[in-house]
Amino acid sequence: MAQYAVFIFEHVAPEDLPQEVMDGHGQLPERIAEQGGRIVAGLALEPAETATSIRGGLLTDGPFIETKEVMAGVYVLEARDLDHALALAKLTPIVDGGVEVRPLVGFAIVEER
Amino acid sequence: MLAATVRVTRDLDTAEEAVQDAYVQALRTWACDGVPERPGAWLTTVARRNALNVMRRRRTLETKLPLLLEPEDTEMPDPDTDTDTIPDDRLRLIFTCCHPALAQEAQVALTLRLVCGVATPDIGQAFLVAEATMAARLTRAKKKIAAARIPYAVPSAGDLPERVDAVLTVIHLLYATGHAAHSGDDLVRDDLTGRALDLARMLALLLPADREVAGLLALLLVHHARRAARTDAQGRLLRLEEQDRSTWDRVLIAEADGLVLAALRAGAPGRFTLQAAIAGLHAQAPSYAETDWPQILTLYGELLRIWPSPVVALNRAVAMAMVDGPQDALDEVEALERDGRLAGYRYLPATKADLLHRLGRDAEAVDAYRAALALSDNAAEQEFLAGRMRAFEP
Repeated sequence: MAQYAVFIFEHVAPEDLPQEVMDGHGQLPERIAEQGGRIVAGLALEPAETATSIRGGLLTDGPFIETKEVMAGVYVLEARDLDHALALAKLTPIVDGGVEVRPLVGFAIVEER
Repeated sequence: MLAATVRVTRDLDTAEEAVQDAYVQALRTWACDGVPERPGAWLTTVARRNALNVMRRRRTLETKLPLLLEPEDTEMPDPDTDTDTIPDDRLRLIFTCCHPALAQEAQVALTLRLVCGVATPDIGQAFLVAEATMAARLTRAKKKIAAARIPYAVPSAGDLPERVDAVLTVIHLLYATGHAAHSGDDLVRDDLTGRALDLARMLALLLPADREVAGLLALLLVHHARRAARTDAQGRLLRLEEQDRSTWDRVLIAEADGLVLAALRAGAPGRFTLQAAIAGLHAQAPSYAETDWPQILTLYGELLRIWPSPVVALNRAVAMAMVDGPQDALDEVEALERDGRLAGYRYLPATKADLLHRLGRDAEAVDAYRAALALSDNAAEQEFLAGRMRAFEP
């Protein structure tokens, strides 16, 4: 199985997402498992304006790249190949935006010592 | 041969090397032993064996689970299994090269390189790009296929229509690039158009039930049938009205007609079948004036419905002019101009110029031809447009 990062981009702020979209996100691991894939891990991000970016030691308020649709979340997906990964990523509930699917070199949780 | 080898290696570069080594071995062996009865099968067997050896060597260094192995080929390749696997492998290769995850220019380059076997510098020349740039484009595409794990497979039934459409788009783009060479001095480039036609024929053999595949083949056949008439003896561009229809290849046109009729009978037509039907109506007409313009206009309406492209809308306006008159068509063209998506598309001002001329507004026609001229980088086209400008200058 190959691993991919799926970046979720939404124009709508997380607090403005309708309930059925929130439910959809909650059900996503199960729906993906039904189709032979697996969500290994996921990150739900606070809104983009809460981010702080550092470029060459200089701090700026907000995300690194200004985009119309902001990165709202990321999840690590296991799939057989790209076609499988794309079919699974399409299940992600999106109001106004999309997803980016990028292959991983590796994924590891660093164990606490 | 490459296609069958990629099945073993799953890696395009390794497959290419295995194929090249097979040719080298052939040169050595055949000089002594003579050319075998089925040289293609010999080369394929050797290439696959080279590939298997490379893969086996690699696996002894890896700690991962062993790959599923193809059974070792015997000395005498079995002609039956070879002819069975080769069509499937060629389909896999085409679908992989034309995967939507690759940029279209990468799809086109990969198809020419891996399916047609065109050398990288020649591909660069066809698309007016330096060899190093084209080589980098191919390398990036192969890297993406490997890194993102684009599968070497024929798409599932559900995905097939969309994926076939992507392949047909690439083949059509190849033909169009050769047909009206964007830059340079020749209006037509026979090598690209020939290859595109070969690809279309191959696809029709591999996917005999697909209506759109038949539609594309028919479309290319009609274009190909008419190519001798497009320019005069001096290589100057002739408009459809002025072309000598007696030079059209009626055999190809008849073949195209058969394909279109069969496709239309089999179900709702897709965009390639509709384009082929329109081209077929032109090809059947004894002259420009006697063309069935109302039917063409109807077909364009249907084409625009399923393929809402501004280019289609522009072509429909040309048909509209023949049915409803130049004023209605000009209104449509001006609306497209305001829409903005066709900015930089030289056929828009060229069409507008022709319509203005037909409405007796020659001064404005000249301006429009000038705008079209500025957008063209093809000597034959430029000469044609300049000629029209001179003819209508007050």
